[in-house]
Amino acid sequence: MTFAGEAALVAGKDLRIEARARVVTAQVLPFAGIVVLLFAFALDPRRNVLPTLAPGLFWVAVLLSSLLAVSRSFAIESEHGGRDGLRLAGLDGGAIFLGKAAAIGLQLLLLEVVLLVAVFALYDVEVHGLVVIVPAALVATAGIAAAGTVYGVLAAGLRVRETLVPVLVLPAVAPVLLGATRAFELALAGELGGAWRWTSLLAVFAALYTMLGVLTFGPLLEEA
Amino acid sequence: MPVVAVRDAVCLLGHFPALAGADLEVEAGEIVWLAGPNGAGKTTLLRLIAGLVRCHSGSVEVLGHDLAHDGPGRLRHAHRRRLALVGHDTNCYDDLTVAENLRFAVRAAGCPPAAGEAALSTFGLAELAAVTHAALSAGQRRRLALAIALCRQPELVLLDEPHGGLDTEARHALDQTLTTMAAGGGTVIFASHEAERAGALAARAVRVEGGRTVGGIAERAVERVGT
Repeated sequence: MTFAGEAALVAGKDLRIEARARVVTAQVLPFAGIVVLLFAFALDPRRNVLPTLAPGLFWVAVLLSSLLAVSRSFAIESEHGGRDGLRLAGLDGGAIFLGKAAAIGLQLLLLEVVLLVAVFALYDVEVHGLVVIVPAALVATAGIAAAGTVYGVLAAGLRVRETLVPVLVLPAVAPVLLGATRAFELALAGELGGAWRWTSLLAVFAALYTMLGVLTFGPLLEEA
Repeated sequence: MPVVAVRDAVCLLGHFPALAGADLEVEAGEIVWLAGPNGAGKTTLLRLIAGLVRCHSGSVEVLGHDLAHDGPGRLRHAHRRRLALVGHDTNCYDDLTVAENLRFAVRAAGCPPAAGEAALSTFGLAELAAVTHAALSAGQRRRLALAIALCRQPELVLLDEPHGGLDTEARHALDQTLTTMAAGGGTVIFASHEAERAGALAARAVRVEGGRTVGGIAERAVERVGT
């Protein structure tokens, strides 16, 4: 099987498990919705600032939700010795990384679509610059998924996995929060040139973490 | 050249020496039984041979691959496809069906789909193909783990308490499959506390105790070592 075929096999397996377990739709999505609602409640006295803060609040909600998705992705490998199964399956470590990151990324994209509609509606955001918002969201999500998968496997074999994943992932994806928020803000303000520049930086972040993951995931999985 | 050559292997789990100078040499076509009390190091020895734990000193050669020198992290994925390990866990996913778990393993190993279907039939799982792993009984899960491991037709099979939880029919099917594999040049190493069954299946027994082996290399003649 080719490298891409192995990645697709792992991604398909993870997505099938999630489709059946419905953790994203039944738990992660409601969690993200609650976070967005809580922000609205907290800032209710100053509702006029909500449209301005919407990009940052949206990406904070996405990042918090991504922690659940990353933890879940490695939790399924902890049950019944799945991690040993992956190691013994004969799959390339880089392909396993790409497959797991792709599955996390697709789940986050689904969540972002629903969340974006909710944020636009709840925070009274006037939608502009979708031509940049969509690619910015795609590369930001790729970066979050890649970084989350790298740090997820680092914590995979540890008993403190659930509490360690946020400590490792959140600082690592802070540049995505900054870049994606700025890209969204500028796109909504109609400054597409600036938004594209931030989108380019997000693409570089995603590419770097994807390369890092492809190169290191195999050895990290062995040591987990 | 032996399929497995473990020499003076020391394996630390934390600070505990799970193996404290184990020796084992196994030729192609052999069925070897690892006997010994709980905590003797049988499972660690099997995991060491599979490349799942690191050897801190000594040497480990498996299917011509030097694990002690390269380290398990460098064990190439193509090499891994030549061996199979069934340990205490099934290595399966609760939310996937029997057929989906098997299909994943078959495709990962690059085997034809027919190999999976044959394994389902051999281990009496055909009627359970659409049942999720979570809904299986302990014995059915064991059968699935064995089917997944053996459908790949590995050159080296490592089994930890393979008969545990199996009914009479499944035990017979397993023994028959292992014997056929060995007759075809495959190698089987298994740990078991079921002396009678293991003794009948294995051509040689190696006793593991306190992280060391007795009869691993020097006493190559067929012998029976009780648990």
